[in-house]
Amino acid sequence: MTGYILNRILIGFATLLLASIVVFGVMEVLPGDPAQIMLGMSGSPEALASLRTQMGLDEPLLWRYLHWAGGLLMGDFGRSYTYSSPVADLIRERLIVSLPLALMSLVLSTIIALPVGIFAAARRGRLPDTLSMGTAQLGIAIPNFWFALLLIYLFAVWLQWLPAGGFPGWSGGIWNGIKSLILPAIALALPQAAILARVTRSALLDVLGEDYIRTARAKGLPRGRVLRRHALRNAMIPVLTILGLQFAFLLAGTIIIENVFYLPGLGRLIFQAITQRDLIVVEGVVMLLVASVIVVNILVDLAYAVVDPRLRESA
Amino acid sequence: MSLLEIEKLTLSIGNLPILEGIDLALEKGEVMGVVGESGSGKSMTALTLMQLLPYGAKTGGRLSFDGKDILHATEAEMLALRGDDIGMVFQEPMTALNPVKTIGEQVAEGIRWHTKASRADAEARAARMLDRVGLPQSKFPLTRYPHQLSGGQRQRVVIAIACALKPKLLVADEPTTALDVVLQKQILDLLRDLVDEQGMGLLLISHDLAVVAEMADRITIMRYGKVIDSGETSAVLKAKAHPYTAQLAEASAHVPVNRRSISPSVLTGNIEPATAAQSSSNLEHSAAAQAAKERLPAKAGSRTKRDATLPPLLTVQSVTRDYAGRRTGLFSREKSFRAVDDVSFTVRSGQSVALVGRSGCGKSTLARMILALDRPSSGSITFDGHRLETSRDADLRDARRNMQVVFQDPYGSFNPRHRVERLIAEPLHLLQTKPSRDERRDMVGKALDQVGLSPADMDKYPHEFSGGQRQRLSIARAIITRPKLIVADEPVSALDVSIRAQVLDLFAELNERLGVAYLFITHDLTVARAITDDVMVMHDGRIVESGETGAILDHPQSDAAKALVAAAPDLNRALAARAGRISAVR
Repeated sequence: MTGYILNRILIGFATLLLASIVVFGVMEVLPGDPAQIMLGMSGSPEALASLRTQMGLDEPLLWRYLHWAGGLLMGDFGRSYTYSSPVADLIRERLIVSLPLALMSLVLSTIIALPVGIFAAARRGRLPDTLSMGTAQLGIAIPNFWFALLLIYLFAVWLQWLPAGGFPGWSGGIWNGIKSLILPAIALALPQAAILARVTRSALLDVLGEDYIRTARAKGLPRGRVLRRHALRNAMIPVLTILGLQFAFLLAGTIIIENVFYLPGLGRLIFQAITQRDLIVVEGVVMLLVASVIVVNILVDLAYAVVDPRLRESA
Repeated sequence: MSLLEIEKLTLSIGNLPILEGIDLALEKGEVMGVVGESGSGKSMTALTLMQLLPYGAKTGGRLSFDGKDILHATEAEMLALRGDDIGMVFQEPMTALNPVKTIGEQVAEGIRWHTKASRADAEARAARMLDRVGLPQSKFPLTRYPHQLSGGQRQRVVIAIACALKPKLLVADEPTTALDVVLQKQILDLLRDLVDEQGMGLLLISHDLAVVAEMADRITIMRYGKVIDSGETSAVLKAKAHPYTAQLAEASAHVPVNRRSISPSVLTGNIEPATAAQSSSNLEHSAAAQAAKERLPAKAGSRTKRDATLPPLLTVQSVTRDYAGRRTGLFSREKSFRAVDDVSFTVRSGQSVALVGRSGCGKSTLARMILALDRPSSGSITFDGHRLETSRDADLRDARRNMQVVFQDPYGSFNPRHRVERLIAEPLHLLQTKPSRDERRDMVGKALDQVGLSPADMDKYPHEFSGGQRQRLSIARAIITRPKLIVADEPVSALDVSIRAQVLDLFAELNERLGVAYLFITHDLTVARAITDDVMVMHDGRIVESGETGAILDHPQSDAAKALVAAAPDLNRALAARAGRISAVR
């Protein structure tokens, strides 16, 4: 088991190294000189040249990569070209919005999806199944910005329970912060929950068709007990896989919802950085995302091993 | 009152009738064999008895167990019966246990549920039961998971679950079909002992007449949801009053017509072929056999002469295959595993060779290397002048064209979305010149004709064919390039006995007509006996015995061969033993 964990962590580091090379390489070949962009179109060639030297852009490629990657290891993400402040600070400012938002919507989608999926699978082919899966289909089909607007109208404009947008920061009390994240979290969780419910249902149905379910029934166990004690744990592997993927998406793929609710999240940061050719910010955020995906994948792999004893040994 | 009484039982699922008036009775302590081919309704009878039928099933008639009316029992009443008074053992031990629960949990679970015993008591009882079925705690503690056990061991766990609460009735649905013959014998012996010990009734469901003949006091033969024949086992099997009974009996020890005259030794212990053929002359199988006979007058003696003069087609020399051990950590591995150990043999053109052995003996690994799908760790394989183990893939084309394969499962080996024409024509890319579309259709049509299907079938999809027909399709695919050798991996073990007989006939016929050599990989000695000249017995990666098929199977020398022969179910031997037992009692 320890070998298994160690193995995963080492593979994680290797992936991170590889990703850093790719991210740096891609940014290098993209058109757009950051110095030119900082200076604007009016800058003189001399000013441009001196700025490039100042930014270290005329150093050899390998040296710049090592400098950047070494900085990452020490937590130094470099300095933004447009904001002129450390990238690490920019990311931290945004992460305190994006991370709670991602966690909230993940928890929300899980606590909606699992019961619905289990309920639908247990009543396969009957009305409750058709109804809940129809709703799930709708949840996938509805564009989330439209659903977000609906939520704003209902809870912010009409009922006035929650703020329509913006983020007051955590300094004004945790509850105020959370309140402003509830609607975006629901808007994000809906399609995720719909997908997860369908995955849970189909994974459970697959398992319910297995021979060992028949063995359990032949022991005299009632249907519900068989579902809880024999089917559920076996059906968790695909569910965990999807959960892992969803977390990565929720962390930075939320730009539309961030815009609808005026949230200063990671999605907007990376969007602005790309439009302004603020390459060092893009690189930093992408590396952070890669790292979080790797960490989540390791956690998911560990969860697999907890669920399935066969994986515990194949380390 | 009998323990189990079934009268005029009917079952339909949707609008499809499955059972049409089944009558069956079983006494306490008695073994009833239910025999039938797939689709006969024998498994559905068992599931009706357990009330574990699929959604939408409707039943009629009467089914009483121990005085209780099962068809009208509530779910709560059934919950109390299942696992307590009625235990059930299933066919597929590899999937019958929950992979994420320990064997202790799985055996104790039913005990706890029915007796409300504490966890510790239930586990102690589970441990005793596992010990009884041959899994002692010293070697197989309760904390083992199913994947840590072999197929035979898992089936013992399933039996422990079924028998843990000393049921009055044990239902065993094909309990040994997925196991090799030696394991089969062990499991059957265990079931018999448990029946004697606990005074259970045993409903033994099987497609294998020989297995049932050895075990059952009485027998019920089913077909298409009806009972065809029933009564005391030896009486039914001796009288063969119903032509279907006779056909099953013949098919279970079938020898293709055109091989019968070749080597008389293969006939020892078989039913007189003439009577069997006469009594089932109205059945399709026998018609095919007759046709084969007319097309090919048996050429006695010509084979053996031809064999001796030809150079070897396939030469396997000191072949060894090691598999690297499983990784146990970043830098450590388990000891490597030797699947095939210094194997040498030759196959001549037109020769039919069986490679027999228990599951896990390395026979499939050897076959993969001969097919150039895997490379030996050391040793050489020469086929038709090509060195297989050193050639690059591109250089293997010629060899591949002359060597084709037939797999076990006629359902899984075809892409369901392709038409037959495309499926059968697959190996044609190995030809030197690409055939035109018309040529291709012509070749596919010819191949279909040779395996007894119609050339018009080439526009159909695989699902439009029955299991036996699909295996004919895979044979057509194998012969389309006119190969010199066909490697067949358990080619008939997924087929019903009567279809199995037809497919064996086809193999024998193609061997005669096309002169193709066979390497049959099987654990079924009746298959080896039916269509091979020579047999090699493999055990723990080595070939421990080889020679003429009849001689080896009649007089095995090595322990491995003796074990295989002794464990193989044999209808006549079973009937003789039964007659002996009865006369001894009298």
